Amino acid sequence: MDLEEKVIKILADVTANDEAEVKAMGDQDLFKSGFLDSMATVELLVTLQDELGINVPVSEFDRQQWNTITKICNQIKELQK
Amino acid sequence: MTSFLTNLPNLKVYGTPTYFIYLLLAILPLGISLYYGKRLVKYEFLVNLVFLFLMFDGQSFPQLLALLGFLCWQTLIVKFYLNYRRQANQSSVFYLAVFLSLLPLVIIKVTPALIGQNSIIGFLGISYLTFRATGTVIETRDGMIQEIKTYHFIRFLAFMPALTSGPIDRFRRFEKDYQQLPSRQEYLQMVAKAVNYLFLGFLYKFILAYYLGSRLLPILEKQALFYSPHFTWYLVGVMYVYSLDLFFDFAGYSLFAVAISYLMGVKTPMNFNQPFISKNIKEFWNRWHMTLSFWFRDYIFMRFVFMATKKKWIKNRHLLSSLGYLLNMLIMGCWHGLTWYYILYGLMHGLGLVVNDWWLRYKKQHLKWLPHNKLTTGIAIFVTFNFVMLSFLLFSGFLNQFWFGSHILNK
Repeated sequence: MDLEEKVIKILADVTANDEAEVKAMGDQDLFKSGFLDSMATVELLVTLQDELGINVPVSEFDRQQWNTITKICNQIKELQK
Repeated sequence: MTSFLTNLPNLKVYGTPTYFIYLLLAILPLGISLYYGKRLVKYEFLVNLVFLFLMFDGQSFPQLLALLGFLCWQTLIVKFYLNYRRQANQSSVFYLAVFLSLLPLVIIKVTPALIGQNSIIGFLGISYLTFRATGTVIETRDGMIQEIKTYHFIRFLAFMPALTSGPIDRFRRFEKDYQQLPSRQEYLQMVAKAVNYLFLGFLYKFILAYYLGSRLLPILEKQALFYSPHFTWYLVGVMYVYSLDLFFDFAGYSLFAVAISYLMGVKTPMNFNQPFISKNIKEFWNRWHMTLSFWFRDYIFMRFVFMATKKKWIKNRHLLSSLGYLLNMLIMGCWHGLTWYYILYGLMHGLGLVVNDWWLRYKKQHLKWLPHNKLTTGIAIFVTFNFVMLSFLLFSGFLNQFWFGSHILNK
């Protein structure tokens, strides 16, 4: 499974949506559209930690850097280096 | 010496047009130097100092001493904790640092409830300085802050334009503006925005808030109290007029603070973003007093939920987020002051957020047929607006007077 699929699956889990609905978001701002909220963000961070071993402190999380599916993938790639 | 100090005139921050003339003249050299790509560090320190002094001289002189003591206290905590954090990372030490950082604020909030008068260690703006300091401790723990120079930290805490009522900036963001000066083009854009904000602020604070708060509100309050504790439409009038006054007064002040910061080359974050067009209460808190609500979101809600999820205290995510909302908003209510109406105000918004989430889930599952159009959006905005208005009536403390006050004496 490539990274984008994985991220879509995680986002679907934490927002209680279908993967198709997540995909339909395309490059929309996930926070502005209300798709992601603080609760879902925390779950996203916990899942990243548990499944991918990536540690993102809450105070490191800048919404501007994580607000689209593509940006989330880029952030993860950056942190995996 | 002290009597000389207490007799000096005191300048209320952003209180009169004259204040703006003094302030703008004082920061003009800073603006010119920024235009030429330089920051006059020493001159800026002087301006900050003089205007801080003018805020707290005269009758409020004891507050200046309290402020100085507070700055020493917070600087010591932050420096000690940073030093410790470089070597170790125990939770107990972190909680102790947070506790000590919050301690002065807690004391001044609890004192009136205990002895019926204000604590001597209080000063105008202590809450906002505390939020900045405690936020710095928390980000130090996360390893996001690795260096804090004493003067930089004090400059951040006591940044003059935003001293008395925020906005609440963050240390890392604030420092960036000092390390990287805006380019000439960027600075000119900031100046253009600042001018815009200043005039909007004048409209909000000196025209709208003045008319609503100083002219209309006293009349309505008097009428409402005359009939109290019986409901009259005057009470509804008090609700709307008080709430709009609150908005225009605070948003006006915030615009001034942001505008003056911009002129000084610091991009202090905005506090309001058209709060009354919110379609639900969650959106409202993303638009109303944003620097405070984001502080609470990042440092209380998210951290609480993160810890509870990691440690698997509560499995059910809906229950957990509901508890998070209630905790978050109750703390915010208590921060305003330990009175029944502030605490109830917090509870009301906490429950509002819980119901809001529940409704969004319910709508998604069972009401798929519900159209999304101008009418439904209008209804959502209307309901949210009136919920907020009602919560501000509670917040105003007017109901305390209305139900339990000395209204018999007024008659």
